[in-house]
Amino acid sequence: MTQIQKTERGKRENKLEPVLKVRDLKVFYDTPQGDVLAVNGINFNLYEGETLGLVGESGCGKSTAAYGILRLVQEPGRVVGGNVYLDDTDLMALDEGEFRRLRWTKLALIPQGAMNSLNPTMRVHAQIADAIRTHEGRQSKAALKERILELFRTVGLPARVYDMYPHELSGGMKQRVCVAMGIALNPSVVIADESTSALDVVVQRVVAQTLIKVKELLGVSMIMIGHDMGLMAQMVDRIAVMYAGKIVEIAPVRNLFKDPMHPYSQVLIDSIPSLKEKKPLKITEGITHDPRNPPPGCIFQLRCPHVMDVCRTEEPPLRELKTRQEVACHLYELSADGEVQRVASPT
Amino acid sequence: MSQALLDIRNATKIYQVGGGMFKDKREVVALQDFNLTIADKPATITTIAGESGSGKTTLANLVLGFTSLSKGNIIFQGKDTADMSPAEVIDYRRNVQAVFQDPFGVYNPFYRIEHIFDMVIKNFKLAKSTADVRERIEAALNVVGLRGEDILRKYPHQLSGGQRQRIMMARAYLIKPKLIVADEPVSMVDASLRAAILDVMLRLRDEENISFLYITHDLSTAYQVGDQIYILYQGSIAEKGLTTKVIDTPKHPYVQLLVDSVPEPDPDTKWDMDIELPDEETMRAGDAKGCRFYPRCPKGWEHCLSAAPPLYKIDSVDHEASCYLYEANEAAD
Repeated sequence: MTQIQKTERGKRENKLEPVLKVRDLKVFYDTPQGDVLAVNGINFNLYEGETLGLVGESGCGKSTAAYGILRLVQEPGRVVGGNVYLDDTDLMALDEGEFRRLRWTKLALIPQGAMNSLNPTMRVHAQIADAIRTHEGRQSKAALKERILELFRTVGLPARVYDMYPHELSGGMKQRVCVAMGIALNPSVVIADESTSALDVVVQRVVAQTLIKVKELLGVSMIMIGHDMGLMAQMVDRIAVMYAGKIVEIAPVRNLFKDPMHPYSQVLIDSIPSLKEKKPLKITEGITHDPRNPPPGCIFQLRCPHVMDVCRTEEPPLRELKTRQEVACHLYELSADGEVQRVASPT
Repeated sequence: MSQALLDIRNATKIYQVGGGMFKDKREVVALQDFNLTIADKPATITTIAGESGSGKTTLANLVLGFTSLSKGNIIFQGKDTADMSPAEVIDYRRNVQAVFQDPFGVYNPFYRIEHIFDMVIKNFKLAKSTADVRERIEAALNVVGLRGEDILRKYPHQLSGGQRQRIMMARAYLIKPKLIVADEPVSMVDASLRAAILDVMLRLRDEENISFLYITHDLSTAYQVGDQIYILYQGSIAEKGLTTKVIDTPKHPYVQLLVDSVPEPDPDTKWDMDIELPDEETMRAGDAKGCRFYPRCPKGWEHCLSAAPPLYKIDSVDHEASCYLYEANEAAD
């Protein structure tokens, strides 16, 4: 990498402080046949006020990564290694009690299935009050009620939801209750795990707009996990593309849509069905490796249309090829003057 | 016009829900006076789209014979499915096959993949000899781009969702049906593998003359492969017509909202306005007399509450919308 680029990047990082830094995070699942390498050493920064999308197909480790960051990985999974820094506090070094205090107040999760994450026997307000009281101690009922109603206004829920049970709410409303709970304690980082994917298109749009509004209002930084590229284009600032436990590309959302560089990102962008023009279908074969035994070298080699010899032996590092666009692929080379060149294809 | 392959007339399905010792039963209208025709030739992909609760899966279940109609008829090649003799029913089941949403749930994890094919061949007595069996299975797998030696001896958990879904297509094809009811066949498959399944649908349509009833909530895949589209809203057709035409120039306010809400995969084109949803109770007001979309409709007026709007012709023969905005147009028959 050239000197110029380095200083440029240094400047930017001075201006934009990362709130959350993930370094070499590894989460494995124990199976009788060996460990499944669900998240195998991922690195990224989440900057203040930004929304980072984490995309990839099912089983690529995107949700596991989130649960790893939140230290919510359950047996048979375990965090094998790595560090997660939240404002310079290493989350992995904290003991359970210390971490519990951080979760919700600093780091909140908006879960995937809102249907299953609310307690069916508790009224909505009681669940939110519970979370607030656990972290902040006892407080007057009137103040608590006012605060919960304020949260409802923020996420666009009518006040009468206060006394309702979860089963009385529609899917979109339940999801908004989860958003309200997520932001109840003013966290600095919110992780939204497929928060809109089980909803109908129109309702999805309402919830997505709620999330955008809440984010702008509170200035939180957000990690959005999902697989719907259309939704990503609408909502995020940067995208990290995951494949089989690795991040293969991180780029500003515009770059990733206009000029995806990693072959897997290209497949992902190509396979978005359009509502504007009828295009011939692009078919990619999909035989993935056994997640317990990733092949040596590049993680995408078995499906890659441009695979070369070097891909089978050497793992490509994630490096910045264009401004803020980091790619893990042997296809590109940086020349001495910082130009990106494509390595001649073997075929 | 020649005889239609599938002709659904005034199909109505009412479910009785609730009802305990002290509660009265409630009626939920899942599908109301639904009409649909699939021509015998050429084979087409007909999309049924709508949100959850719009009645699209009820329609699939009716066509597949899992539930029976409360009113109306389903006529297959000129024969009403309600009046079929046992032999005709078997013939109907051979001709109408299904592919379901969940490629993980339809397999019995204890059996190898070949078991699925063996069962089909046995049940429908398709083959005469073992060699014939192998040949037919291989041919069916080749149509979906798979090879027998790769997958037949495997167990379901050893295959990807995309492969499993293509195997279900191969299974359906093996019987050489006239119609495949595909209920959300790609919604649980990863984006990069969806194209392969949609491509199988196109090839079965074009090369094998098999029609599809493609049930989905995803307008973009319908736009890419579908011929005709029916968009349902709470059990009734909101709009129907050629897929490209309906999606390019939607007429019904609900369909306009729906098309507009599909997130555009382009960071430079963002949603341009906020929308609000009315309360759940108003939205689901099932006994309201008029247009069911009225509580959410930005263009609603008193007239909409008088009676449910019939389908009105838009411009071409096929494009129809059930909205009083087009009352000046001719009513569709």
